[in-house]
Amino acid sequence: MKIDHSQPLEYSTDQNQLNILGFWIFLGAEIMLFATLFTAYFTLEGRTGTGPTPAEIFEITPVLIETLVLLTSSFTIGLGVHAMRLGRKNAMITFFTTTLLLGLVFLGVEIYEFMHYYHVGATYQTSAFTAALLTTLGTHGAHVTLGLFWGTFIILQVKKRGLTPETANKSFIFSLYWHFLDVVWIFIFSFIYLKGMM
Amino acid sequence: MDFLQRFAIPHPSPAIYASMVAIALVSIAIVAGLTYYKKWGYLWTEWLTTVDHKKIGIMYLISALLMLFRGGADAIMMRAQLATPEAKLLDAQHYNEIFTTHGVVMIIFMAMPFIFAFMNLIVPLQIGARDVAFPRLNALSFWLFFAGAMLFNISFVVGGSPDAGWTSYFPLAGNDFSTSVGTNYYMLAIQISGIGSLMTGINMCTTILKMRAPGMTLMKMPMFTWSAFIANVIIIFAFPVLTVALIMGTTDRLFGTNFFTTGNGGMDMLWANFFWVWGHPEVYILILPAFGLYSEIISTFSGRNLYGYKSMVASMVLISLLSFLVWTHHFFTMGQGALTNSIFSVTTMAIAVPTGVKIFNWLFTLWKGKIRFTVPMLYSIGFIPLFTIGGVTGVMLAMSAADYQYHNTMFLVAHFHNAIIPGVVFAMLAGLTYYWPKFFGFMLNEKIGKSTFWLLSIGFILAFFPMYITGLDGQARRMYTYSESTGFGALNMVSFVGAALMAIGFVTIVWNVYYSFKHSSRDIGSDPWDARSLEWATHTPVPVYNFAKVPQIRSSEAFWDAKKHGHQLFTGKQEEIHMPNNSGVPFIMGMIFFVCGFSFVFALWIPAVVSLIGIFVCMGLRSFEKDHGYHISVKEVEETEKLLGGASK
Amino acid sequence: MKRKWSLLASLTTLVVFLTGCEPLLVLDPKGPQAARQASDIMLSIGIMSVIVIVVFAILIYMLWKYRASKQSDDYEPPHIEGNIWVEIICVGVPVLIVAYLSFVSIKSNYIVESTPVGYEDQEPLVIYASSSDWKWHFSYPEQGIETVNYVYIPADRPVEFKLYSYGPITSFWIPQLGGQKYAMSDMVTTLHLAADYPGEFMGRNANFSGKGTAENTFIATAMSQEDFDEWVEEVHDTAEPITEDEFEELLEPGHLGRMTFTGTHLEFSPAPEHNHGSETEQDSTKLHEETDHSGH
Repeated sequence: MKIDHSQPLEYSTDQNQLNILGFWIFLGAEIMLFATLFTAYFTLEGRTGTGPTPAEIFEITPVLIETLVLLTSSFTIGLGVHAMRLGRKNAMITFFTTTLLLGLVFLGVEIYEFMHYYHVGATYQTSAFTAALLTTLGTHGAHVTLGLFWGTFIILQVKKRGLTPETANKSFIFSLYWHFLDVVWIFIFSFIYLKGMM
Repeated sequence: MDFLQRFAIPHPSPAIYASMVAIALVSIAIVAGLTYYKKWGYLWTEWLTTVDHKKIGIMYLISALLMLFRGGADAIMMRAQLATPEAKLLDAQHYNEIFTTHGVVMIIFMAMPFIFAFMNLIVPLQIGARDVAFPRLNALSFWLFFAGAMLFNISFVVGGSPDAGWTSYFPLAGNDFSTSVGTNYYMLAIQISGIGSLMTGINMCTTILKMRAPGMTLMKMPMFTWSAFIANVIIIFAFPVLTVALIMGTTDRLFGTNFFTTGNGGMDMLWANFFWVWGHPEVYILILPAFGLYSEIISTFSGRNLYGYKSMVASMVLISLLSFLVWTHHFFTMGQGALTNSIFSVTTMAIAVPTGVKIFNWLFTLWKGKIRFTVPMLYSIGFIPLFTIGGVTGVMLAMSAADYQYHNTMFLVAHFHNAIIPGVVFAMLAGLTYYWPKFFGFMLNEKIGKSTFWLLSIGFILAFFPMYITGLDGQARRMYTYSESTGFGALNMVSFVGAALMAIGFVTIVWNVYYSFKHSSRDIGSDPWDARSLEWATHTPVPVYNFAKVPQIRSSEAFWDAKKHGHQLFTGKQEEIHMPNNSGVPFIMGMIFFVCGFSFVFALWIPAVVSLIGIFVCMGLRSFEKDHGYHISVKEVEETEKLLGGASK
Repeated sequence: MKRKWSLLASLTTLVVFLTGCEPLLVLDPKGPQAARQASDIMLSIGIMSVIVIVVFAILIYMLWKYRASKQSDDYEPPHIEGNIWVEIICVGVPVLIVAYLSFVSIKSNYIVESTPVGYEDQEPLVIYASSSDWKWHFSYPEQGIETVNYVYIPADRPVEFKLYSYGPITSFWIPQLGGQKYAMSDMVTTLHLAADYPGEFMGRNANFSGKGTAENTFIATAMSQEDFDEWVEEVHDTAEPITEDEFEELLEPGHLGRMTFTGTHLEFSPAPEHNHGSETEQDSTKLHEETDHSGH
């Protein structure tokens, strides 16, 4: 394997560069996926049938916690990648672990939020609105869940194998994924929650 | 017993029982054959675990041909049922299942793998790469497609086929009106193979953007590679829409959500919109690579460079953009009002302009050429006028007020078959004949090939042109029968004769393969057609590493450059070649996806959850795996090259 | 202009000839909307035929002139890049054609989405046409009658069909009076038609809606206003009133013959004009207003 030392570690081999470009393209597809979900949500938002409306079920507190936690996690993973570029393996692992813990908190609050919806009678089957809401949030939540596993695997690999072109590449790609989930959440926060509560 | 009951066919018929027996016998024969000839190991090491783009391409090709016959059998049954008024060959339910599976099989499981076959076979060779960017992902794409295809195809012997049309409009496709598990199969099988398609899109785009040989700038890429690139960009933007729509359809059917239902705020029109936001670009995903193949073939057999290379590229880019802006024309009659219809009418007609540019460019490629009438060229020449008719009828359909009369009639059926058969199917057969020697080392027989072409062309005209007339006479599509007083009988009989001719034509392809395998010469060199682009610069059959040395490119017709202008493609010292390792995981994951899809179809939650976990375990294992591929030594490469006839030019 | 019409006429004859001398339903209009659509169709067939002929001519010329068997063995085809003027013509001419057709298409859109030309001064007859698996129900709210699988309309008077469905999406189509429109379960669409002549016309559901689609037909009969009024009176004298229970029974999947009732099902099972959540109610009214705007 040819390693190009003029590049950052995560870009240093041909395959690494392919991986990063490929992942960007994958994120393009993910944007379309969430764009479609948003379109469905906006179309069905008002179609509540006999069920509750957005304003009746949204609660600001858990949503604010989720937002805060996820934004912070995006920041910490940024620090993690920075530490990785400086070659500071332990700092990087710490930041990545923090990120995942914050992600775990996010997930916990989201599960609480879903239970709340269930208790106020906004289940998956209630109306077109609730189905669109829970599918959009659920898809994001499933991405976060997958990210928790993926991130854990990467931390384990960095721990065991050190910062190699491969592990650096994986960590960097994971950070792209995590930032992307954060961006999606900002859209969810603004256009689903804030708009719905107004 | 109750448990087994749900796997029974809701509307059995002797034909279905006969198929069950046939499927069982063929499966037993395959297993017995493999065991008797001790070929299991060969199958596993050479095919099931391969990550070689050429072998994956060949597997796509074989699957596409099999599916062509499956979809074709559906087609001939439909035409037979409609050949005479009030025929009793099929009842309404069977007819509905058959036209549904015909549509899905032909688009998703025949045309898609066919274009993926050519992308896999040709693109890396045309850009001088060793493989695609993610060889293992590529294998996974194939096995997901294959799992989806198998899942869809067992529907008619286990639980019943989907019967809501290939468009599967809700609420008809919902639980209230579609009570068998058929539509579950539709949702899950297309979902699984759709994920595979999306991954191919990502893979091919990365490959084309990053792995071109030195000197090959974007505007020096061969036209097929360009078309593949644009088609894959469309895949990346269109398929996620389908993914979401299918998820919603699945949850509506399995978990009682209300996305597209008639109650609790559900909106049936949303499905139609999502379906066509994917569905119209899908048409261009299929047709653009076909255009690419035609460009290669017409240029080769005119002995000339492709006329208007830049405008060819520009028109494809324009088509890809417009393809996302026309979906409403599939339901002008939904009552959006005159303004919306007018906008989409204009965008739809606008597509005719770039398409027209391409037609004229092909015509001018013939100009001052030296035209050889080989089989691939015959298909291309037949394509131009026939596709033009399909295209102009598309413009007619785009006139939304008039579309109120064409919509849902045989006129529409005639139009899209007139675009897809000469456009896509002819291109695939042309490409098959053209590239056959490159991958199998012998030519297909020209004489049989020509009779295939004539059977298909004449059959096509007889089968589909009468539908323009019956459509204008009020024959709606998807009707399993009509009364004698309608007067549709004679023309439908003509259609049946045409369909029968086409069926014979497709059988002659099989005969041709067999005949040529037995009788064709194996001594054909590496350039039997006197071709122009880079894929012909390597040996026939292509060695596993494609090119011993990385080619240096000067123009879009690299090989022609080398042949006629003495350009040195392969310079420098032979180096070690790095290749990816084979892996069984993609195949295993494909099979788990199959089990998962099947469990979801029948709402068997325990195996569904177990198989989902299985999929994630496979992904997790992949994350920890260290796989650096292997190296082919200089000595080994030199030996292979000598064996294949010395270092190529 | 004259030449264009003679071309159209000869094409019409050709099409008529091809189908055994009986005019094709869509090209044999009996009302202004269908007539407009038929003339659009003939116009586009004409223009498109010219394009097809040009492509055929160029193709045949190229194949004839440049086939290999006609050329010497040592002929080397030249390398030709695109020519800017050729490209401009290849883009320009289609753009002109498409622009012209777009102009026609947009004009026709507004025509077919409004009260038929020549009937603007008359009050349209409103008929609610709803589909159920696999029947058509016609309700005349003004006349207070309801029919199944047949519809009587006065000729020489505009008719507004309000379409919706009890079940899958269907498409209401009377080819000789005008093109189709969808009937759906969660909104009402409007189709403007008129018959210029009395007569019986085939009508059907053109959109696949399950097992019974093929037989999901009805007959539309246009008659003079007097005959129509007479029929209405006769129905009131002879037919039974429709009840909710009976209507529920009619909705069961299956096929039925012609039926006639007094009263309409709209009273107990109204059309889905405003039936979902608060916000969409506005949306759907907006949609309807849009359609109505085009109508007036």
